[in-house]
Amino acid sequence: MDTLVFVLAGAFATATPLLLAALGELVVEKSGVINLSIEGMMALAAVIAFMITYTSGSHILGFAGGALAAMALSVVFAGLVLIFSTNQVASGLAVGILGLGLSALLGRSFESYTLAAPGKLDLPLLGDIPVLGPILFQQDVIVYLTLIAGAGLIWFIGKSRGGLILRVIGEDPHIAHNLGFGVLRVRFLAILFGGFMAGLAGAYAATVLTPVWSQGMIVGRGWIALALVVFGTWRVLRVMIGAYLFGALLLADLAVQSLNIGIPSQIMTSMPYAMTIIVLAVVSRDALKIKLNAPVALGENYRPAH
Amino acid sequence: MIPRFEFIPRTTPSTSALAMVPVLTILLTVVCSVALFTAMDKSPGIVLYSFFVEPFLNSYNLSEVLIKAAPLILIAQGLAIGFRAKVWNIGAEGQLMIGAICAALIPITWPDSTNMLMLPAMIVTGAVAGAAWASIAAILRTRFNASEIIVTLMLNQIALQILYYLINGPLKDPRGFSFPQSVPFPEVAMYPPLIPDSFLRANTSIYLVLLISVLVWVFAKRSFSGFRLLVGGLALNAAHYAGFSASRAIWISLLAGGMAAGLAGVGEISGPIGKLQPILSPGYGFAAIIVAFLGGLNPIGIVLAGFFMAVIYVGADGAVLSAGVPASAPVVFQGLILIFYLSSYTLVNFRIQRLPTMGKA
Repeated sequence: MDTLVFVLAGAFATATPLLLAALGELVVEKSGVINLSIEGMMALAAVIAFMITYTSGSHILGFAGGALAAMALSVVFAGLVLIFSTNQVASGLAVGILGLGLSALLGRSFESYTLAAPGKLDLPLLGDIPVLGPILFQQDVIVYLTLIAGAGLIWFIGKSRGGLILRVIGEDPHIAHNLGFGVLRVRFLAILFGGFMAGLAGAYAATVLTPVWSQGMIVGRGWIALALVVFGTWRVLRVMIGAYLFGALLLADLAVQSLNIGIPSQIMTSMPYAMTIIVLAVVSRDALKIKLNAPVALGENYRPAH
Repeated sequence: MIPRFEFIPRTTPSTSALAMVPVLTILLTVVCSVALFTAMDKSPGIVLYSFFVEPFLNSYNLSEVLIKAAPLILIAQGLAIGFRAKVWNIGAEGQLMIGAICAALIPITWPDSTNMLMLPAMIVTGAVAGAAWASIAAILRTRFNASEIIVTLMLNQIALQILYYLINGPLKDPRGFSFPQSVPFPEVAMYPPLIPDSFLRANTSIYLVLLISVLVWVFAKRSFSGFRLLVGGLALNAAHYAGFSASRAIWISLLAGGMAAGLAGVGEISGPIGKLQPILSPGYGFAAIIVAFLGGLNPIGIVLAGFFMAVIYVGADGAVLSAGVPASAPVVFQGLILIFYLSSYTLVNFRIQRLPTMGKA
């Protein structure tokens, strides 16, 4: 029972960086752009946030710095695909590699340093409810803010005028242009938002979730976030559910090791990656469903005609 | 008034711009890196010297360049086949590991063998195993429509865990002082040194790499299937009308990439390493992506780009000692190279035109 509560309570925190990054990428992809540099943006944001939090003692400054760093990388990506019309896949890889390199470069002198994690919110009364209390009401503030962000995006994409413009541009940028919308401007803002969210994700991973710096600490979570957008078939709510399921899966690794039932740790560490492949195959299998849900213009550059 | 510029599509791609792309890329990368190192309080002169001059200064460094160029060129040749067809194999690092692990089973099973067939057997095993690992992504892409980018990346992480498991468990050297590594390989499992009886580590695997580069060149330029991969990448509709199946391009691309990466894995364990250990490659699988692009996805260009990237690796090793540059500097270079390559390449298909500035544009 304790193990189950531990896994369920921890799953929210473990899922938070995945979800933050995935929500950002969802908006980017809704605009018709695929940005593969999440892993690199998260890695750079993680190191910047860690360094700032370590030297200043302020998590808020750390998050701000991390978000700005990832946004700077997303601006480079936006410049490539929006101005130079470069291939989106290759450009995302390029910017991602740069982010990973800069992260390793900057973090070298912080290797194995630790931070004090910020306190949990522990709501009075609600937090004392057995089982449900620790699971739902003893999380840190970012976990709740991420949930609110998800709810906000459900409204924004589904109900707001801005969300409608975003979707039109992702479906057919030429029509959107003819309707008088600035395709490149909206795509730029979407990419910037993706960078901001990846930045928060990296900052959370490095300063709250595992506040110990080690190079390569993001270990593929940016790529899992990318896969989550496909799992959720570009729907916010499904992406959120997927992220929490993966959060639980990432934590099951620790739980199983603590139970000591003789499964090699490498098998448990591989589980989230293997699950990503399996779920991706199952979800993508229905090509029609993917086609109906994916933004039609995903991955295609747009050049305004003259 | 600020002059405004715009990219105007060219009717035909510019060949002179194409020739300028690598030059411009390297120039911009160097300028950007110098700025970066100056910001980090390193003397740019010393850094440039250790990156671009020192690798050529003595036979030891030149031999190290060959060691690093071999896997980079090999993997990039395999990946470029896929990239031309817009099949994105990002899993060369994992394919390298699986190729190395499977090939290593032979010398680990017969560590005292003197059978000269051991190395050829390992080469075949490594290539087949790398291709088999990549074929997981090919099956999932062709049968289940799953993105090969995500699948190959996830397979990298899984391959790494398989390696960790084996060298901490079944394949661990019992006399290895509890280090997670296999028994050392016998001499028949190793590539012969390029220059016998010297202290240089360079080995004959570079011949195999150059041979394969020639084969790829023939495949790409002289054969019908090379043409079809090119068409597949450029225009799916055209490819479809030419009776060409997309799933065949995916299979060819991933198998070629996996095979090349598996061979590169054998090159590492049967070359500079000589056993299985936790780190088999300093990110060759990812660096080869940059090599493939910098070489213009062209087999000859890739050989040159591979040597260039190898110089950067060797230069970085030197710069760690002489200028205190972090060992991760090559990764930053790789990111910059690809960014500048992609943006410079725009000039091949577009020309820059100054817009008339009439008040507010």
